[in-house]
Amino acid sequence: MTSGRNMTATSAVAYAARLAQVDVVAAYPITPQTRIIEAIAKFVADGEMKAQFVQVESEHSALAATIAASSNGVRAFTATSSQGLLYMHEMMHWAASARVPIVMANVNRAVAPPWNIYGDHQDAISQRDTGWLQLFAETNQHALDMTLQAFRIAEDPRVQLPVMVNLDGFTLSHTYEPVVVPEPEVVNRFLAPRPAVDWLDVEHPKTINGVVSPEHYIQFRALQKDAARRALVVIEEVGEAFAEQFCRDSGGLLSLEQVSDAEIVFVALGSAASTIRSMVRAWRSVGRKVGVISVRSYRPFPDAKMAEALAGARVAVVWDRAYSFGCGGPLAGEVKGALYGRESRPVVLSAVGGFGGAPVGPTELEKALEWADASMQGRPVPLETWFGVKAYRDGRTPDGKE
Amino acid sequence: MARNETPLVMPGNSSCAGCGAVLIARLVTEAIGPNQIMVIPACCMGAVATSFPKATFNVPVLRTAFASTASFLTGLEASAKAKGQEVTLVGFAGDGATVDIGLAALSGAIERGHSFVYICYDNEGYMNTGFQRSGSTPRGAQTSTTPGGALGRYKAEPRKDIAKIVAAHGIPYLATASPAYPADLTRKVERAVAVKGPTFLHIMSPCPLGWGFPSANSVELARTAVESGLWKLYELDHGVLRLSLSPKKRKPVKEFFAPQSRFAHLSDDVYEELQRAVDEEWTTIEKEGFSLRCETSRA
Ligand SMILES: Cc1ncc(C[n+]2csc(CCOP(=O)(O)OP(=O)(O)O)c2C)c(N)n1
Repeated sequence: MTSGRNMTATSAVAYAARLAQVDVVAAYPITPQTRIIEAIAKFVADGEMKAQFVQVESEHSALAATIAASSNGVRAFTATSSQGLLYMHEMMHWAASARVPIVMANVNRAVAPPWNIYGDHQDAISQRDTGWLQLFAETNQHALDMTLQAFRIAEDPRVQLPVMVNLDGFTLSHTYEPVVVPEPEVVNRFLAPRPAVDWLDVEHPKTINGVVSPEHYIQFRALQKDAARRALVVIEEVGEAFAEQFCRDSGGLLSLEQVSDAEIVFVALGSAASTIRSMVRAWRSVGRKVGVISVRSYRPFPDAKMAEALAGARVAVVWDRAYSFGCGGPLAGEVKGALYGRESRPVVLSAVGGFGGAPVGPTELEKALEWADASMQGRPVPLETWFGVKAYRDGRTPDGKE
Repeated sequence: MARNETPLVMPGNSSCAGCGAVLIARLVTEAIGPNQIMVIPACCMGAVATSFPKATFNVPVLRTAFASTASFLTGLEASAKAKGQEVTLVGFAGDGATVDIGLAALSGAIERGHSFVYICYDNEGYMNTGFQRSGSTPRGAQTSTTPGGALGRYKAEPRKDIAKIVAAHGIPYLATASPAYPADLTRKVERAVAVKGPTFLHIMSPCPLGWGFPSANSVELARTAVESGLWKLYELDHGVLRLSLSPKKRKPVKEFFAPQSRFAHLSDDVYEELQRAVDEEWTTIEKEGFSLRCETSRA
């Protein structure tokens, strides 16, 4: 295997866009995404990439322009973070419902106020129900690999939906790791040009995205639902094809490590999963039966696979770097939903933390393991714990008790 | 019917009788011809012309969100360049979509110099949602959100002058037009198509329901607006500004306002004031020539 070059995940994504030979990139800068679009602008300026690069005047326009370009049949890409993603919200729904196979890199960052540019998943999770497929990268290599896979998934005739590739702000976006950049010829064998579309053919004029009655409207939604479900199959297929061609496992729906005989299984998205992997290896070396599930595809959510993977565990610790206020950790809720009706299922503990760049590191994870142990021993434990919160100034404790 | 035998704007749309916008759409679409892609945001035209299973336009139409006409044109232009496709890209948007919610996108797209023809049909309010005020609603007008009421709360502010705002970008081609002057309108559209870079047409679009006048009188009212000197027809072509028409004997402005129920509350004092303002403006034009400086707000 070729050894990698040291680069950040943002550079890796820019290389992926170049290797995918995207035709149009419309984007607007925001930390920590900026490096992606700067690198693409430089590739284009140096003649190394043929894309039309347009720096527009807002993220709403960035996504709108990307949608329009994609509607005209070309391969289109954009990237954003946090406030930018929220600013796109109207067009997020638009992209998915218009069934344009756009790929967008979202460099996960906290949302304001208070201002914070560091990583968490509130941005991505807040777009959960827009209809986009959402993949999460654990490493810089994944950021490149998943972006390539994302085009093939999005453009698959069975799917025809936009795909968001999530990469953790700073943890991945500003950290150098060795990344293998594949040769263009090899990528071309993996990723064919986008299948032709005739939506805006002047010889055969059509009106797209018009007004429909209630009876027709639900038909569109049903088709969209089916496509998102079919993506469960396509993501696995594409992940396998990628692994075969590039000898790297960087796709699929879930990545399981040491899960089959584990008593305690951690479930997480993105770079946190990769941190947990190294903890699991350490715990295993002292005889602890712990495993980890990295959720590579958050949408579509592989509920059946999740339930099967967790069937033998006694406790699942689901780590959320986002929150649904007044409800709970979103991923924890989804894992619980996946386990509904299953006879063999673990207790689900919802670990919440790592907001605004706060660590999900050894300290937090050791505490979480103690918590899971206590639960396994049948001691009364809270089902949800926020990590890293100090006592409030008025003396109340963060768990809501007075 | 074969592609080139069917009209480009087909019968059977669900617009109101006397809709100025549909008349404008027909003139514009025919002037551009079949090799175009049209972008329509949320607005009356979007509602009346794209209702499944009917389609009004016999050219490709890509509907978009309220604010996104110019950003769709941006993306389409980039994709056309990528494909080496020669096609006229047309935005067809109401005044709300243009002067209010879509202004940043429009400004950005003009500044970046993309090639497109942007048509703003101006019916002076948010008509699709029931006649609310827009930034282009003239002062004094009654709308559903400036209803007058016991306190007389009509629209208190003058309209923003979108043509001037667009002109300030140094746009290669800009024109105002009126459906009452179809030859002038058509010529301007053809000119816009020929110009490379962004082009903008601001077209008055009478709205019988929203303005409150008989639907048979749309064209007549549009003509009165020009003949009274209220709606000026001009073009700005690569920095050269030309009046397309100077009414020789101007009609009293009251003839434009009085037939519209949205102005029913205006008193004769107001009419006199409005008349004085328009007269002064035209005196300046006659003395000093037409400039965008004298294009002051109406009503
Ligand atoms: C983001 C957003 N806000 C509000 C609306 C509701 N809306 C749809 S059309 C419209 C008014 C359109 O006014 P204008 O652009 O002047 O066109 P007209 O309907 O007058 O032809 C409004 C407010 C919307 N569709 N999207």
